[in-house]
Formats: sequence, C-alpha cells, structure tokens
Amino acid sequence: MTDLTAARSQMGISLGFHIIFAAIGVAMPFLMAISHWRWLKTKEQVYLDLTETWSKGVAIFFATGAVSGTVLSFELGLLWPKFMEHAGAIIGMPFSWEGTAFFLEAIALGIFLYGWKRVKPWVHWGSGLVIGISGALSALFVVCANGWMNSPAGFDWVNGQAVNIDPWAAMFNRSALNEGLHMVIAAFAATGFAAAGLHAIGLLRNPKSVFHRKALEIAVVIGAVAAVLQPLQGDRLAKDVAVLQPPKLAAMEGLFKTEQPAALTLGGIPSEEDQTVRYGLRIPRLLSFLAHDDIHSEVVGLDQVPRENWPPVLVVHEAFDLMVGLGSLLAAVGATALFFFFRKREYLVHPRFLKTLVFCAPLGFIAIEAGWLVTEMGRQPWIIYGVMKTQDAVTPMPGLIYPMTLFSTVYLFLAFVVAWLMRRQFRHVG
Amino acid sequence: MWAEIVGAFLGVSVLLYCLLGGADFGAGILELFRGRNLRDKQQELISHAMGPVWEANHMWLVLAVVILFNGFPKAYAAMAVHFHIPLTLMLLGVILRGCAFTFRSYDAIRDRSQRYYTGVFMIASVLTPLMLGVVAGAMFLGRVPAPGSGFMASYVSPWLNLFSFSVGLLTCVLFAFLAAVYLVGEAHTEELAKLFSKRARAMNIVAVFSGAFVFLSAHLDGMSLSQRFASDPISLSCMALATLILIPLWRCLHRRHARAARFFAALQVSLILLGWVKVQFPVFLPRLTIYDAAAPEATLRFLSGGLIVGIAIIFPALFFLLRVFKGQRG
Repeated sequence: MTDLTAARSQMGISLGFHIIFAAIGVAMPFLMAISHWRWLKTKEQVYLDLTETWSKGVAIFFATGAVSGTVLSFELGLLWPKFMEHAGAIIGMPFSWEGTAFFLEAIALGIFLYGWKRVKPWVHWGSGLVIGISGALSALFVVCANGWMNSPAGFDWVNGQAVNIDPWAAMFNRSALNEGLHMVIAAFAATGFAAAGLHAIGLLRNPKSVFHRKALEIAVVIGAVAAVLQPLQGDRLAKDVAVLQPPKLAAMEGLFKTEQPAALTLGGIPSEEDQTVRYGLRIPRLLSFLAHDDIHSEVVGLDQVPRENWPPVLVVHEAFDLMVGLGSLLAAVGATALFFFFRKREYLVHPRFLKTLVFCAPLGFIAIEAGWLVTEMGRQPWIIYGVMKTQDAVTPMPGLIYPMTLFSTVYLFLAFVVAWLMRRQFRHVG
Repeated sequence: MWAEIVGAFLGVSVLLYCLLGGADFGAGILELFRGRNLRDKQQELISHAMGPVWEANHMWLVLAVVILFNGFPKAYAAMAVHFHIPLTLMLLGVILRGCAFTFRSYDAIRDRSQRYYTGVFMIASVLTPLMLGVVAGAMFLGRVPAPGSGFMASYVSPWLNLFSFSVGLLTCVLFAFLAAVYLVGEAHTEELAKLFSKRARAMNIVAVFSGAFVFLSAHLDGMSLSQRFASDPISLSCMALATLILIPLWRCLHRRHARAARFFAALQVSLILLGWVKVQFPVFLPRLTIYDAAAPEATLRFLSGGLIVGIAIIFPALFFLLRVFKGQRG
C-alpha cells in the first residue's frame, strides 16, 4: 500500500466513522426534545422515560462524535499538510464558526444531561433544543468547507499560491448550501429510521409496550418527513454537480461519451477500459432532464476530461446508485408511514410494517456512507477541484500505513463497543 | 498587528484548555493514585465533577486548533509534519479518554466492564497531557531539520529527547495538581477534602521538582534555558510570582479555602504558561515566526470578528453552565 493510499484510507475511515455519530448527534436531540416537550405538556410518565432513555444515547453518541471530530481537525494537517497550508487561510472561517456552534452544543449537552433537578424545566428543555440546533448549524458550517473543495471560490491561484483571499466568498461557495442541506436532511432521515427500527424491534417483542409505541411514532414521523424531502433536495444538488463538476456527474452516471440528449443508465457495471456500462438499464433523455431540466440538453461525458483526471468510475457509479436506490426506498416507506400516521394509525404498528421498519433501520446510514463516497471519490484526483491534486497534498512522512492501521483498529473496536453498549441499554429498558 | 491579535486568541484558548480541560486529564491521572479505602468515593467524586463540564472544557482544544490552522496555516502544517507521531498519540489519548469516561458514566449495566473503562480512562489521561507537553517542548527546542533530511531527523528526533519529555512530565504534574486543587472544593465529605488537599500539596512539590528537571534536561540537551528566561524580564517576573504564590496557596489549602486555592493554583499555572510563551514569542518553529506563518490580513480580520462574536455567545453560556454545576459548593 502506498503512503497516499494509506492516507486516503485513514481519512476515509475516520470520516466514515465520525459521520455516523455526527448525524445521530444532529437529529437525536430533536427527537429527545419532542418527547421532552410532550412530557412537560402532558405529564405522562412514558415521555419522561423516553426522554431519559434517548438522552443516554445522545450522551454516548455525542461524546464519540466529539472526540472523533477532534481527531479529524488534526488529521487534516497530519495527513494533508500542503492542503491545509493553503486552504487553512481560505476556508478556516466555516471551521471557526463550526467550532463556536460545537462549543455551544457541548455546553448545552452538559446542562441537559446533568440539569434535571438543577435548572427550571423549560430552560432545561431549551438546553436540549440548543444541542440539536447548534449540532445542525455545525453540520452546515463544516459541509461549507467540503463544498469549497468541490467548487473552490474566494481566491486566485497564482504560481501555486492563493492570493486575493476572500473568506466570505469561500465559505458561501456555490456547493455550500445545497450540500449542507442534503447532509442535514440525511441525518434526520437516517437517525429517524434507525430509531424507529430499534423501537419496532421492541414492539415486535412486546406489542403492548406504550414506551416503544410512542418512541416509534416520534422517530418514524421525523425520519419519514426527511426521507420524503430528500429526493427533491438531492435533485437540486445533482444539478449543481452537473454544472460545477461535470467529471463527477459523468462518473456518477457512468457517462463515458458526451450525449445530446443524454440517457440515464441505472445500475450496470461501468468499465473504464471499454468505456461502456454493461448490463445497465438505459432510459432515453432522462439524464438530460435530471441534469439540466431540459430533455434536449447536452450532458458532458468523461470523453471531455483528460484520462488522468478521471475519478474512479466504477466505485462512484455504484455508490451513487446505491445511495439513490436506498433513498428512494426510504422515501416510499416514509410516505407510507406518514399516510398511516395521519389516516390509519393502527397500521403503523402492524407486524408487517414493523418488520419493514426493522429492515430499513440501517439503510439511511448506508446511504450516507455511499453519498460521501460519491462526493469524495468523485472529486478525485483533486483535493481542491481543479486547483490541487490529492497526491500533491499528502504529508511527506513515510510509513503512513502504521497510523492508518492504528486508527482503523481503534475505530473498529469503538464501533463494536458502542453497538454492544446500545444492546445493553436496550435490554435494560426492555 | 492582526497576527498578534489572533495570536492572543490562540494563547487564551490554549491557556483555558490547560486550566479547564487540563484539570479533567489531571483528574484521570489522580485516579492512578488510589487511596486505600477511598477508591470508589474518589472515582465517584471525579465522575460527578467532570460529567457536566468535560466536553465543554475539551472544546478549547478544538478552538485552539481551528485558530491555528485558520490564522497560522503554515505553522499548523509544519507542526503536523514534524510532530506527526506525538500528535497522533495525543489524539489516541483524546479518543480513548473521552469514550472511556462516557462509557463508564452511561453503561446501563454496572459490572466488571467498569474496571476496563477506568483502566483505559487513567492511561489515556496520562498519554494526552504527556504528548501535549512533548509537542510544546519540541516547539521550544526547535530542532526542525531542513527538508530532505532522513526519517529520524525529520520525524523522530525533533520530539524524542529528554527535554521534550521533561516538559511532558511537567504538564502531567501541573494538570494533576490543578485537578487536586479543584477537587478540594468539590468534595462533600471531610475525608475526601482532606485527601485532595494532601494530593494537591504533594503534586505541588512534585511540580517544583519537575520544573527544575526541565531546566536540568534543557542543560543536558545543550540549551541554556535559564539564560533565556533570565534575559526576559517578563518571563523572569512570571516565574518569580509563580514561586511567591506558593505561600498563599499553601495557606489556603491548609485552611480549606477552596475558592481562593483554586484561584491561586490557576494563577500559578497561568504564570508558568505565560512566562514560557513569552520566552518563545514570536517563534513557532525555527525560521517560522507568527508573522511568517500568519494568514493574509483579510482572513485574520474575519477570524477575529468571528471569534469576538463566538466568545460573546460562548462565555454567557459557559458562565451559566459553571454557575449551575460549580456554584453552590466550595
């Protein structure tokens, strides 16, 4: 394994680990705040139990997310010092805003977790809400920085140096908002469905449990609303990519040759050597419509990109189709759940629907991982699109396989322990 | 001027991380020294004291890193290259300490696993401050070779030396000292207050010896640290004041004036850090001052503005947190 591959693997593993905890850290406090609000309003004991149970989950996920996030802020430099040497001055602003939001989140978490009898009930409730709001804000801010890597702005690149730096323009680059919203909505969809799936297990085992039923109702509604909105937001983001990063879109869609009008290829196996997609399902004109809102438009293929600047087409295409497939499935299940919730509430806890929810529990997180694969692999070989290549940013230190192995082992171990802890939590409640 | 303003923000973040976050690591170090029959009570007190605040305290580190890479990206990049190994070990400590502490507090079932959490918590609580101090020492020593030197010269020798590790040791001792002093005020029984008061004085004595050891190891590593301190009047007066504070500090510890003791302990550590930074100023690493490393002025202006707004949000919230959880007793 080369040092570059090791560095990229370590970054990928660290991000892939962190994003799960970060997503739960964004959405879970809102679930908790809804349940808490119901407790304060109705004084039904079940909502208090639910709030306390969920808050323990939040504590574990937040702590793991916070420390793995700290690691990432160092890894940016440890692995990509040349990147940070230039990017730090340009794109540091969203990180400093993110730091502020993250700080507020940690303070609010302390007040919420330990403040049950120490602060006034509504102040206490507010602190729970602040955890969620600042979590969502820090997600938006930090994704601004990723958006800048995809559509760099706010500087001029002259002889390998950034000049005329404008941090404001860099932060609010053209990818920032749509990418950020896509991530935040994904966090709600994935977390909502995961929580609903877990409580569905509880209901299948113990159909009379009011606790699991109330929990499922809150979680499934949040997850369903997000899942239904996500395809609309995803479509807006894909249109951005079509304009801002044509090679990424071409890799996502397995489009080797520029087409006008362009057909959409579903599934299949792209081969970079033959420049074709085998066994894919082609739908004429659809890609033109999806990418540019016009069934006659031209969509740029990889033939217009120098070969050395191609992203890995196979991985990007499969990851993209996986994300879209899972997202569509969750949107369909979500729409059904919303219909049941408002019209036929008793169907929501029908064993067959509960089993569907159990099946859906991990899918949102798989879609999130696939989505990050698309955006990161799809930008390769660039670390700053069109400006700096990933291979030029990596640290000169050799032997990167050792830290990569170390962090992989630690994260694998922690993932195992957290899963085990959740099981114990669940058994304790049951 | 902007470089100095952002540098001051960085300094304050590092100082607050040491005074607040450092004490949380120090508490983990203190758990290594188990009182014979007070072990469980000591552990319970530490968990109770750290629980609501440790994550907020940890954020000063995040803030410091963000200020460093936004305001002084070249310094951040150079440190990340040459101190890759100690920083990686420090991060390992950060992950394991945070997770072990949280798992210990929130595991729904209390069984043998508590012992493993505590074990990891204690070891990680030593690892992080040790490596933090090693990096600080290595920055001070400034043994950064020209590009193209060998692996050992570039990535190992800059930090693997007696001097850097003596600074690492001093950092651990100072953090444990802070923790012990703070815990005197948290203790709700006389025997625990007595225990931590004793620990605080012991750690204070060890700190004086560790400080002397830093000067000795600097001498052995071929650097005249005492001369550099002596030639800087501000640093020298900081050291003199820190020594003088020993007298009121010990009186307060003896009489159990917990709040005053906290104040003097924090002041003492702040003076040591200030004196240290003053000797180093304005150099991050050889051939790299804060002026060389600083981002363009536009960035520094935006960063300062953002930090002022951020602090206007954070400080009231932090004040509320500390008043709720640290206000009543003491």
